[in-house]
Parts: sequence; C-alpha cells; structure tokens
Amino acid sequence: MEGSIVQMGAYIGAGLACMGMGGAAMGVGNVAGNFLAGALRNPSAAAGQTATLFIGIAFAEALGIFSFLVALLLMFAV
Amino acid sequence: MATEAQSEGLAFHPMDQFIVKPLFGGETVGMMTPTNVTLWMALTILAITGLFVFGTRGRAIIPSRIQSIAELAYGFIHKMVEDVAGKDALKFFPYIFTLFCFIVFSNFLGLLPKAFTTTSHIAVTAVMAIAVFLTVTIVGFVKNGAGFLGLFWVSSAPLPLRPILALIEVISYFVRPVSHSIRLAGNMMAGHAVIKVFAAFAPLILISGIGVAVTPLSIIAITAMYGLEILVAFIQAYVFTILTCVYLKDALHPHH
Repeated sequence: MEGSIVQMGAYIGAGLACMGMGGAAMGVGNVAGNFLAGALRNPSAAAGQTATLFIGIAFAEALGIFSFLVALLLMFAV
Repeated sequence: MATEAQSEGLAFHPMDQFIVKPLFGGETVGMMTPTNVTLWMALTILAITGLFVFGTRGRAIIPSRIQSIAELAYGFIHKMVEDVAGKDALKFFPYIFTLFCFIVFSNFLGLLPKAFTTTSHIAVTAVMAIAVFLTVTIVGFVKNGAGFLGLFWVSSAPLPLRPILALIEVISYFVRPVSHSIRLAGNMMAGHAVIKVFAAFAPLILISGIGVAVTPLSIIAITAMYGLEILVAFIQAYVFTILTCVYLKDALHPHH
C-alpha cells in the first residue's frame, strides 16, 4: 500500500470527471437531433444552417473536453 | 499514464506520443532546440507551400487535380468568411485562410503513423487562439470605439436583466480563447490517445489465449477510430475557422 490519500483522491476525481462525457453526449445529441427534426420539416432551409449546427455541436462538445482537461490535470498536475 | 507495464506484459503508454523530444539526441529542450514539433511544423508549412505553389503554377482553365484542391479550399473558406462574418470581413480572409490551412494540414499529418500532432499541444493552439482573441478585440475597439462595449449590453433584454446579462457576456467573452484552444487540442489529443489504448490491446494474442477474441476486436476498433479521426481532423479545423469568423463578426457588428 503505497501512495497517499491525495493520490487516491486524484484518481477517483479523474474517474468521476468521465461523467462529463455523458453530459457532452447528451448535449451533442440534443443539438443534432433537433437539427434533424427541423431539417425534415423544412429540408430546403436545412442546407443554410449546417454552419450553425457545427457551431452548436462545438459549443456543446467544448464542455465535455473541459472534463477531459480536469481529468488530465488530476492525473499529471496534482 | 501512471499505469506500469502489467504482469501479462501489456504496456499502456497512450500519452508517450505527445512528448516533445530533441531531434538530434540529447535530453534538454531549450528555447532554440530543434524538436519533433519543429520537424512536423516545418513539414506542415512545406506541404501547404507545395499545394499552393504547384496548384497555382498552371492556372489552367480546366484545372488539374492539385489545382482543383487548392481552388476548392480557397473557395470554401472565402465563402465561409463572406457568409458568416460579412463582406467587410474579407480583408481578414488571408489570416483566416492561413489558420485553416495550418490546422488542417497539421491535423492530417499527425494522422500518419509515427507522426507527431503539433495541434495536440495546448501551447500551440493557445498561441493561435490568443492571437485571434487579441485581433478581434483590437479590431472591435478600432472599428467601433466605445461602441464595441455594446456587445455586452443586450439591448433587446428587459432593463432589470441587462446588468446580469452583461456580467455573463463579459465572462463568456474572456472564456473564448480558453475554449477555442482547448477544443482543438483536447479533441486531437483524446482521439490519438484512444487509438494508442486500443493499439496496446492488440498484441494480447502473443501473451494469452483470450487474445484470440481481443486482438481482432482491437484492430477493428483502431480502424474505426482512425476513420473517425479523419473526420474529426477536418471538422475541428472547420470549427476553429468558423468560430474565428463568428468572433470577427461580433467585432465588426457588435450590436445584438
């Protein structure tokens, strides 16, 4: 039994940070699903909105990447 | 990661590919040491220069293949800047096109086996994001003067809400360079690390019997992740560029 309680906390925290992945998944799914729902109702307007789709996905995904960053900081910087 | 080589002999070192090493031996990385980052950035610049020098050499009416690629890339970004940021943003087109080319080429060169992905380092992407942030802020103040602060004062909202919204807008404005850089670096780093984790499972067939099932699965997983990474390499470059355009639009037309 080596290491310290701080290290244990860091590893547990890094694992818990994976929950952020679920949040990002829900966010990205929500954006893409709503885009598809709107695009099927009015397909002619869909092509002009793909840029908005990608911006929305990027914003939703960035917060998931932040949890990845927290995990990395806990593994390597704490 | 912190995992040591396990008792069966599988070695998990998914983050080793991101270590910055001196190119010609030695241990320390100084300010001017040529490293693997230097090598792959130079290759990126060479590839971009090659594409556009050879692509524009012929200037044929019926374009050759390389000329079509150069023209497609140019037209794609030109249209994006015009659509998202407006016609008056076109004088920033060379800057935005440079950003796009650099990111897309270093993402794709990083996908080669044994390559180093320069955009997987926050140090690299942060420089680009901070440059965009400073450019946008300076352009905003030069073009609009104090009117640029109207970006934070949401005049369409009810009056009591406006100070709260202004605070949120200011915070979100200053988080921009952080999320802008970490999105690109995090995506590239995470994808390459996942490929390396699957790759570490692949030699299991040499060690134990369960490898008969695990090795084909991990090879399929590497292939699938690689396909996804090709998509992500382009989409992340696209997202970085289009967000630059969105920020530029805010600077040129700050009124909600």
